[in-house]
Amino acid sequence: MTVALIDYGAGNLHSVHNALKAAGATSIAVTADPDVLARAERVVLPGVGAFGACAAGLRAIPGMVEAMEERVVRRGAPFLGVCVGMQLLATTGEEHGVHAGLGWLDGTVAQLSAHDVHVPHMGWNDVVPRVPHPLIAPGEAYFLHSFAYSGAGVLATTDHGGPVAAAIGRDNIVGVQFHPEKSQRYGLALLERFLAWRP
Amino acid sequence: MTVRARVIPCLDVANGRVVKGVNFVDLKDAGDPVEQARAYDAAGADELCFLDITASHEARGTMLDVVRRTAEVCFMPLTVGGGVRGVDDARALLLAGADKVAVNSAAVTRPEIVAEIAERMGRQCVVASVDARRVAAGRWEVFTHGGRRPTGIDAVSHALNLARLGAGELLLTSMDRDGTRDGYDLDLVRTIADQVDVPVIASGGVGHLDHLVAGIRDGHASAVLAASIFHFGEASIGDAHAALAAAGIPVRTVG
Repeated sequence: MTVALIDYGAGNLHSVHNALKAAGATSIAVTADPDVLARAERVVLPGVGAFGACAAGLRAIPGMVEAMEERVVRRGAPFLGVCVGMQLLATTGEEHGVHAGLGWLDGTVAQLSAHDVHVPHMGWNDVVPRVPHPLIAPGEAYFLHSFAYSGAGVLATTDHGGPVAAAIGRDNIVGVQFHPEKSQRYGLALLERFLAWRP
Repeated sequence: MTVRARVIPCLDVANGRVVKGVNFVDLKDAGDPVEQARAYDAAGADELCFLDITASHEARGTMLDVVRRTAEVCFMPLTVGGGVRGVDDARALLLAGADKVAVNSAAVTRPEIVAEIAERMGRQCVVASVDARRVAAGRWEVFTHGGRRPTGIDAVSHALNLARLGAGELLLTSMDRDGTRDGYDLDLVRTIADQVDVPVIASGGVGHLDHLVAGIRDGHASAVLAASIFHFGEASIGDAHAALAAAGIPVRTVG
């Protein structure tokens, strides 16, 4: 029952690791090894920072993107992307230039527009489910981002000068824009549901 | 609703021990920052701020250990400030488990440090912290060394410059008000908050829950930081949320 937490040099690995442990994960492999990923039961992609740098970091690991596609897209391992780890599901990201994402969801990541709202979108805000999903419950979660997803597969939104994607996904794949590892009880409960999820 | 106003308790930490923090009665070791952080986590604080006031560089490792141990048990955002001199200091704190780093004196000497950290680690993790003292009506000057040393730098233009350089948030502390319990310098906070896109944290001078309300409502801050009202047990995080909510300010419903 191993959860692979992908280590690609992007940020808050330890926070996500700690939160998964607190949510009851007994075996977490923090890994940059595609072979470990190929055997994992679940996959978590964290991420803090810029889209392009994170995409480049992921591609810099030989065989990692291919292993993720095999394990998650073709063989259906439950997948959770967090913050930039969610944004990377998109086809493209427009942060410091246009970069290719994983393209698992047809969408794009662009700068939040700032009229009457602060950017970064920083703090606790609502998660409002748009379609029923076993992982995504209504509640308040901590957001910290300047770019946002728009496109297919929006599961939940929040409000920051208009609707902003808070969770996206399809089949066995879910990404959340907020930080479950920093969202106290709400976030830990989401991680508990992810650990028990059988899509 | 919209993004909530944040209530941020701040703990001063020296050599790994809390020197100004909360007087929670049920803590086994009230001097341990991790114990206090846990108590705030349980109380539903929206974020936590550690200010490392250790003078010596040697004690930095102690602070990293505090951050690491806190991140193991606290699942809320953590900002750490004090002694951040460059990208390496910032990275070490972020890797240990901090979510944001506050940069203060180093950005007075060399504002570009804000851009350097933002480019490497992302804008969202850089808090530009400015200590200001009023020198004339509508004019404030940046002070360093706990508000004792004037720099000749205009605080408003300095803060705007740091936001332009890539700070994701501004922490504005009035050195006139700090410790007075007379309330925030609302003119200072509002003057800067009205000119930037990034969120602003009001700091310095809270002695009453009404001051928190004024910081958001009149200072146009996105977050309010306080130490002593929580420290002396005069108010809980829940009281702070309730006071803000009663004034019509959106806050989290911590359940």
